[in-house]
Formats: sequence, structure tokens, C-alpha cells
Amino acid sequence: MKQVFIIILLIIIGYFLANTFVEIPFGGNRIGNVESNETVAGYYLSNTAKKTGVANVITAIVVNYRGLDTLGEVTVLFLATTGLASILYRRKEEEEDTERLNLPSSRIMRSGVRVLFPAIVLLGIYVFIHGHLTPGGGFQGGTIVATGFLLMLISYKGFNTDHNRMVWIESLAGLSFVGIGIWGLLSGNTFLENTTNIGVVNSLISGGLIPIIYIVVGFKVAVELTGILDILLKIKPKK
Amino acid sequence: MQEQFNEIFIKYHEIITIGVYGTAIALMLIGLYAILMKKNLVKIVIGLTILDAGIHLLFVGIGYIQNGTAPIFSPGYENSADRMVDPVPQALVLTAIIIGFAVTAVALSLVIRLYKHHNTAKIDQIKHLKW
Amino acid sequence: MIFIILLIVMAVLLLAAAIYSIVNRDLLFAVMGTGIVSVILSLFFYLLQAPDVALTEAAMGIALTTIIFIITIRNTTRDENEIIDKEEEMKMKTDKES
Repeated sequence: MKQVFIIILLIIIGYFLANTFVEIPFGGNRIGNVESNETVAGYYLSNTAKKTGVANVITAIVVNYRGLDTLGEVTVLFLATTGLASILYRRKEEEEDTERLNLPSSRIMRSGVRVLFPAIVLLGIYVFIHGHLTPGGGFQGGTIVATGFLLMLISYKGFNTDHNRMVWIESLAGLSFVGIGIWGLLSGNTFLENTTNIGVVNSLISGGLIPIIYIVVGFKVAVELTGILDILLKIKPKK
Repeated sequence: MQEQFNEIFIKYHEIITIGVYGTAIALMLIGLYAILMKKNLVKIVIGLTILDAGIHLLFVGIGYIQNGTAPIFSPGYENSADRMVDPVPQALVLTAIIIGFAVTAVALSLVIRLYKHHNTAKIDQIKHLKW
Repeated sequence: MIFIILLIVMAVLLLAAAIYSIVNRDLLFAVMGTGIVSVILSLFFYLLQAPDVALTEAAMGIALTTIIFIITIRNTTRDENEIIDKEEEMKMKTDKES
């Protein structure tokens, strides 16, 4: 009985959604003339290469034009890590055997991961350093580095990530993001304004403060995701 | 090749419109069904993930422009700003994917904690309120 | 013409993987279905000319979401309706084999 009601409700929701979106033609030109700045997207597309010196338009939007939203997103990730660590908190008496899950890994995995781990970390660092020239950036690169650390955490029992060092890297990265913003305030412009020299488009050193902000965000995301995986792998299943 | 592409796009415009928007709305409805009907907690979180995927596809599908290209100024293509797709929904979806992952992680940690306390993971057996 | 066929095949695979993921009783197969949805969605984003979004969805949806779900399944039950009796488990095994 409940199933019939829910299917009818879903059909009604689906009908009204489809009715709304049929009037937005797929592939219609909604930007207008790019040079005359009629829409926000036209303004972003025509002024990115000239005024900020960054080749990737999405990086310029996420870090420069909408930098405050990126600050909010970094805060949300930090809160998720803190919340997860405090929900799965254990008391001190049970903490004598905090070893990870004890599954034996095969020989292929152990020797393969030892070769793959530096390559994956190098790829991740490349992706977030070149975030302003090619598709990529801080969030993608940080996730790739965390995947490399996950492989090492699964295969080797004695591989431990140093808790103190991770806390220091994360705190310093967060502080320098806010510090760059406040430096923009102190030098007379708005919060998180791009204040240094622009440089040549499509070279590695271009775009002022934008690559620096993305590098800081990349480090912070990588350390946080590794922390989440480390906490989750240490839970003992109840038997 | 470009002219063939163009005329195929015009002739089958209806199919492509229904295809992209219809797939996104169908994904959203499948995820919503899993959240409303299923009893196991992990299945409910799987439904939340599928609902998120449908919404992201709908957003990126709105920003597509016919014969558009990716919004990156590569060397040699520096004057092609009037042929690019809409960059604003893509920046929105980038943030939304990461926040969806953070919500999934916290929800699953709550599921683990509930299982340790009540020894079951079905929501119709966690009925008693007990200090 | 190939573009149309590609779009139709990907849309059908997407919906089939999503339906398989919520109907199946074994939770490990359901999680793999979610991973397949993420892979095909990443390819869809690339065809809609959005390479940044495709990279982010590929990195987060395939690797991290799947491993978090697998750790949760390890600490809770593997089956959707938790089996309590021994004879009910034997009956379900013979049902699966036949």
C-alpha cells in the first residue's frame, strides 16, 4: 500500500520537473555577445585572460571571483573531518591495540604499491601546481594524493602516518589561506584580492596569487582526506 | 565532419534533449525511491549518493551550448572566447561534488555508531527510546 | 550518428546500474553499482565539455566513496535483511543455487 502511494508521488514530482525543464532548450545560446558584457558568464569569459592572467576560466572563477565560496568549502571539509573523528571517539582504556585491520596482503600488492606510491603522489602534486594552466586544481590533486596514501595504508601493516605532522600541515595551510585574504584587506583592497604582478599568460608563473592559493588548498585537502581514511581504518569490528 | 555533426544535432534535437534531461530526472527519482522505501541504513545512504549524481548531471547539462568547447585558453586559442560553453554551472558543481562526499562520510560514521549501540542496522528495529 | 548511439548506450547503462544498485540484496554488489554510476557519469561530463568536473567526479566518486562504503559494510552487516537463524541461511543458500 505504501509502495503504490510513493510511486504515484514520484510520478507527480517527475512530471512537474520535466514540465519545467522542457522550456529550457538544450544547447541554446544563453550567453549572448561576449564583448558587450550582457551576462555574468560573458563578463567572466572576456575578462579572464586579460585581467587575471590565468588560462583556466574555472580556476579564475573558483579562486578569484568567488573566492569566499572556496573558503566556505574548505571549512565544510574541515568540519566533516572533525565531526567524523569525534563521533567515532574511543575512550582511553581501549586504545592499547589501535592497529589497523589485519588482513594479509598478497605479494603482488606489496611490491606493486611500492613502485606506484611515489608516482601517484607526484601526479597529484603536478595536478595542483598546474591548476591554472590545465584542467585540475587543488581539490583534484589533493584527492589523488590521498588515494596514493590509501594504497600504502592498506598494503603495509607498519606504515603509520604521523598524527602531529598532519595536524601542523593542516593548520598552517588553513591559516595561510585566511592570511592571504587579510593581507588583501590590509593593503587597501577587498578581501582575497589579487594584488601582485600578473605575469605572462600560459606560463608557469602567472596569475599573481591564484596558484599560491590553490597549492595551499591542495595540501589541506590531501591531509584531511588521509586523516578521514586513517580514522575509518582503525575501527575494530564488534564480534 | 563538423557539418555532419551539425545536421545530426538539428535533426535529432528532441532525442538529445529528452536524453540528457530525462536521464538526470530519472536518476533523481531512483535515488528518492531508495531513500523513501528501503529499510537498511546503508541503502538509504546509497540512495542519497545517487540523488546527488542526478542533480549534478542536470546542472552541467543546462550549461551546454551547441558547438561549444571547453572553457580553457590553451596556447594558440586565445581568441576563442565566443565559442565556449557556460563556465558558471561548472564552478557550482565542482563545489557541490566535494560537499556531497563530506555529507556521505559523516552519515556513514553515524551508521557505524548506531550499529555499535543497537546491534542492528534496520530502521524499524530502532524504535525504543532508552537512556 | 556515433554520437547518438554513444549517448543512448551510456544513458541505458547509467539507469541499469542505478536500478541494480538499489534492488540487489547483497550490499557489496550495491556499492559496486554506485561506482559504475560514477564512472559513466564522469565520461558524460567529459562529453558535455566540462573537464574539471569530470576529473573531480572521477577522483572522488570512484575511489573514495567506494572505500568508505566498504569499510562501513565491514563494520555492519553484509546482507540487507540481517539473517539470524542458521536454517534461514541454509534455505537462502539453496535458493540462490537453484
